[in-house]
Amino acid sequence: MAEQKRTNLTPLRLHVPEPKYRPGDDVDFSDVIVPPVDAVPMPDEAVHPSLIHPLAFGMIRVLDENHKAMGSWNPNLTADRLRLMLRNMMLLRAFDDRMFRAQRQGKTSFYMKSTGEEATSVATTMALDRGDMCFPSYRQQGILITREYPMVKMMNQIYSNSADHMKGRQLPIMYSAPEYGFFSVSGNLTTQYPQAVGWAMASASKGDTRIAAAWCGEGSTAEGDFHSALTFAAVFNAPVVMQVVNNQWAISSFSGFAGSERATFAARAVGYGVAGLRVDGNDPLAVYAAMQWAANRARTNSGPTLIEYFTYRAEGHSTSDDPSAYRAAEEFAKWPMGDPVDRLKQHLIVMGEWDEARHTAQGQELADEVKTAQKEAEKNGTLGHGLHHPFESMFEDVFEHQPWHLKEQCAQMLDEQRNKFGPDWEPK
Amino acid sequence: MAIKTMNMIEAINSAMDNMLERDNGVVIMGEDVGYFGGVFRATAGLQEKHGKTRVFDTPISECGIIGVSVGMSAYGLRPVPEIQFADYIYPGLDQLVSEAARMRYRSAADYICPMTIRSPFGGGIFGGQTHSQSPESLFTHMCGVKTVIPATPYDAKGLLIASIEDNDPVVFFEPKRIYNGPFSGYYDRPVEPWSKHAASAVPEEYYRIELGKASVVREGDALTILTYGTMVHVVSAVVADMGVDAEVIDLRTLLPLDIDAIEMSVRKTGRCMVVHEATRTSGFGAELAALVQERCFYSLEAPVERVTGFDTPYPHSLEWAYFPGPIRIGTAIEKIMKE
Repeated sequence: MAEQKRTNLTPLRLHVPEPKYRPGDDVDFSDVIVPPVDAVPMPDEAVHPSLIHPLAFGMIRVLDENHKAMGSWNPNLTADRLRLMLRNMMLLRAFDDRMFRAQRQGKTSFYMKSTGEEATSVATTMALDRGDMCFPSYRQQGILITREYPMVKMMNQIYSNSADHMKGRQLPIMYSAPEYGFFSVSGNLTTQYPQAVGWAMASASKGDTRIAAAWCGEGSTAEGDFHSALTFAAVFNAPVVMQVVNNQWAISSFSGFAGSERATFAARAVGYGVAGLRVDGNDPLAVYAAMQWAANRARTNSGPTLIEYFTYRAEGHSTSDDPSAYRAAEEFAKWPMGDPVDRLKQHLIVMGEWDEARHTAQGQELADEVKTAQKEAEKNGTLGHGLHHPFESMFEDVFEHQPWHLKEQCAQMLDEQRNKFGPDWEPK
Repeated sequence: MAIKTMNMIEAINSAMDNMLERDNGVVIMGEDVGYFGGVFRATAGLQEKHGKTRVFDTPISECGIIGVSVGMSAYGLRPVPEIQFADYIYPGLDQLVSEAARMRYRSAADYICPMTIRSPFGGGIFGGQTHSQSPESLFTHMCGVKTVIPATPYDAKGLLIASIEDNDPVVFFEPKRIYNGPFSGYYDRPVEPWSKHAASAVPEEYYRIELGKASVVREGDALTILTYGTMVHVVSAVVADMGVDAEVIDLRTLLPLDIDAIEMSVRKTGRCMVVHEATRTSGFGAELAALVQERCFYSLEAPVERVTGFDTPYPHSLEWAYFPGPIRIGTAIEKIMKE
């Protein structure tokens, strides 16, 4: 059907976002606004969300350019707490490096690093209470590291081996650890958001004191679940902290495809009447302070909070993509917020509580710790090489009680194994 | 036991009332279910009796309703969300398929989802294509969810209680055409109320009907008819009118399916017909027909016959031409009996 052109009117144009830099481009982030520390001072935790809109558009920062902790958001942590935070972040980085290499060595199918955004899982978890419930996305292994979940168990999961308590069913890194307040990780994005809100609603309805915290990436704020969760959180004033790790990249799609050209992600909170905070995600003290503020707010029935951590995904999305194919290589090196591990290290050094020699020694010690755990985990097998859970376990836990059709299918599968391995084969 | 005459809505309401009383983890939520008591009145009076934190309205977001229920399950509650019409369940499907249905498996039972999603389904009420669908085969096709469909007030209460107590997610479809009376399929005849039906005698107290057990509604030797929901009553009326000695089986639970009851009956009668209101292609009838021919082939004297809705969206003005009523069922019975 030919539409008659109205030549007196401006032709409409479809805007398809394009990141500033592609492979080979020179990177210049001078247009990224890095506000001074305390440009937005800390309000009372019970404040009405409508009074703090600037917090959703500005950026909460604590560490200044001289690595000193300044301003009203300074959480004033002791040197011991800061050293623990640094250690957790370094351990997480060492763990990521080792497991990335294990995947490259063919010991498992998949891995995802959290390099560059360690503060968003480590500092946040340190600001929560141990009983608070975490609903992570797939890049918050720092929660488990911080809560001292055994690394061997994490590796057993990554290897899908005979000691993986999830029986080798889940893609590597999709942990589950109820006794550590860590929800089962899903591969479907942002599904954990309404779930966290539901958990928080349940906690509130039972007069409990524990709150829920959820994480997602900026890309998946586009999912309907994100908006359902914010609606429910606002409507029921749920004791929940919802966090967006804005690491700029969703696999190969830059944050513009989630709407960053028009507004911040923290600004999503405004329309829902939820408190919104935008934070320098590479400033571990600012991250800690924002979570502490939001957690206190939730804990005192003052309302939910949405926090955006402005950070940068230093590595690929996972072991399955090559970031040099879609973005400029020097982006992380030129990232104006720097590296969170380095910034915390410099802060401790400026305080006189740390030095280069101790830092190097700790790096070595943590690498050894991870290596020891890896050797231990590999005794239980690696993916496709050695031990796994019994064949019949495939049919367990579909339901609490196995219905007849699964019993029949299990018998068929065992027959297939006998066919393959010979009549004397026994399931084990 | 105090027996009361109840229609299906009252029986469902009574089941939830009993469960709210027995288990303080049970919470009921959904669009309009709180103060108002639900658009079909299934939750009438429950908020007043059990309080606003146990029975409450929600935003219009099926994704949110089911997602929040998954989180409440993780906390240790036993949510009973209502999806106002089965036709509205699709925005919540990811939370049901990828989350609730897989939680036990993916976490090796670290987390479970003992939730029961109630939802009115089926047509025959001039609801048009967005208030008449029968999407049950979507839920039997995904692994990890049980699908329950009652056909009488007595069964509705006992099955709903068993569903709420079940430690896995259950989709509980309520045939809304028979909320107030057992529909015969003869839409031009006067409506019969439940009070004239024996299954309207419902104990006010707690009782359960085990999931996965079919009910033989009418014993017979000539033909087995497998059906559920509204169609149980339509089939029964046609069988009575035709005077055919059919065995009518109300499956009650589609998954887990009572395969023993099906096999036993088909081996006896040698003929099998499947009747459902849902669309035909890839419908649950296809699964039933396949199972019967796999397991009872040498007992069969005729091909398994399927009577279903047509593969079109549910029409509004032409509802009765769409509905698998007495003519479609009667024609199929005549055909299968001639073989």
